[in-house]
Amino acid sequence: MVLDFNWNIILEAFYALAGFLLIACGVMVFQDKENKTRFGGSAFWIITGLIFILGGFVGKVDADGVMGAGIPPQVVGLLVIVLGILSAFKQVNMSHFESISNALKEERAAKLGNKVFIPSIVLALSAMLIAQLLPNIMPDAQKGLGGQIAIGLSAVIGLVCVLLLTRSKLSNVVTDSSRLLQQMGPASILPQLLAALGALFTAAGVGNVIGDLLAGVVPGGNLLIGIIIYCIGMALFTIIMGNGFAAFAVITTGIGVPFVIMQGGNPAIVGALGLTAGYCGTLLTPMAANFNIVPANLLETKSQYTIIKYQAPVALAMLVVHIALMYGLCLVF
Amino acid sequence: MNYWVLIGILIIVIGFALKLDSLAVVLFAGIVTALIGAFNINDVLGSLTNGFDTALTTLGSAFVNNRLMSLFFLTLPVIGIGERYGLRERAMTMIKGMKVATSGRILTFYQAIREVAGFFSLRLGGHPQFVRPLVEPMAQAAAEVEGTVDSNLEDEIKGAAAASENYGNFFAQNTFLASSGVLLIVGTLADLGYGEVTASQVALWSLPVAIIALLLAGVQFYLLDRKIKANGKGQE
Repeated sequence: MVLDFNWNIILEAFYALAGFLLIACGVMVFQDKENKTRFGGSAFWIITGLIFILGGFVGKVDADGVMGAGIPPQVVGLLVIVLGILSAFKQVNMSHFESISNALKEERAAKLGNKVFIPSIVLALSAMLIAQLLPNIMPDAQKGLGGQIAIGLSAVIGLVCVLLLTRSKLSNVVTDSSRLLQQMGPASILPQLLAALGALFTAAGVGNVIGDLLAGVVPGGNLLIGIIIYCIGMALFTIIMGNGFAAFAVITTGIGVPFVIMQGGNPAIVGALGLTAGYCGTLLTPMAANFNIVPANLLETKSQYTIIKYQAPVALAMLVVHIALMYGLCLVF
Repeated sequence: MNYWVLIGILIIVIGFALKLDSLAVVLFAGIVTALIGAFNINDVLGSLTNGFDTALTTLGSAFVNNRLMSLFFLTLPVIGIGERYGLRERAMTMIKGMKVATSGRILTFYQAIREVAGFFSLRLGGHPQFVRPLVEPMAQAAAEVEGTVDSNLEDEIKGAAAASENYGNFFAQNTFLASSGVLLIVGTLADLGYGEVTASQVALWSLPVAIIALLLAGVQFYLLDRKIKANGKGQE
């Protein structure tokens, strides 16, 4: 069965749903009279929610810089700057939530028993299944879109499941997502903002400059030195950009090909280990916010950097492993 | 080459080092970089307005185009309501009943499952879906069986739980030959004139790293167990 269907509309619907959760969160913050920064805080969540809902109507800029019809992207740009100002002036803070007593939680836990795990498991399994099945029914859809649609669909399925199972009040959908959102705070939109930073850097030519600088300092003619500089370069560039994918093309073009592959390195080995060498950098950088900073807020760690600190020894050891492995494998194969 | 565009990176590094507000630092760095990128010595005022317009356009478009990075917001109600009904408490009770379960073993096991699932291209895992509701409470519960867990140790266990997800995700994802990482590697190499490299070769050469990452993490999590044990003994 092949559905001829515009999946982008489904995806926009999911963004709109997320937008409504964000706006509801903003309204809750506004209603909390005890929250001293309730105006700034609610503005933050409501603006973010509006961008989510209206994002599909923002005019696209094509490769020649010609603006399409729709809301000018500059408006969103300005709104994002407002978000930054609200965050800079510490206007986004946790509101008060009625705490559920441990006794009540335990009573409920005893009643539901292990069934309480079902929604989480349904959420995970349906995401996985849908991601597997979607390519068969939407072969034309853009790559990567399938995973996002799977997340959206599975979240809806999981929600239906948890509501049926717990018979929880519908208002808890808003209360509880807003509690988790506020725990993450402004950092929850950091991954999205960092992706935008990547776009700004690329437009300004930062990648080319770095590739150029690194290539200028690498001595040629020695496979081991080439490999050391390539792996460290991948990790460093990933630390700066927060994204191994962004680093890969730049560093492989600038260093990987001339100083490793052309010195006799096997391209398949160099490519495979090059990208994961970059991931050693991902473990070390706050720029990889969705892996290091957002989870820190989500787990309520003492410092934003708790996760990075814990990962540092393994990340550095893995970098050494990458250098040794790439050299050894390239000598043999 | 306009080397001044690197100032944005400097702003990021200094901003994060001084623990300034992350959102504001990132925005400031981006806009400064865009302005410098557009800077033209002949027409300072014209290039500044142009640069600012480009910065706003790029920022706005990229922020909208990357909404998918925040789509996990939709999973929050499921987790939040689950927690209201004792999800974390139940996970803890379950682990406390198991004598062999230690924090380190739970985390190693989770990472192993994560890696095997990655190999079979199963999208399993995630900090909001697995670590916060299940893995971290289980690891904390196992630690509490050993004795009192002070707040520093509790924080370290949180770091370890998040790390097990990241290690398993990063170092095993490319063992599946249709993963986006493998496609990127093959595509980039083909662009550079190495079109003979296949996805299955890249996936194969990604295997050793996945195995070594599991071993190294296993050692780190074992050391965590020893610390928990020592801590528990010291307080009883």
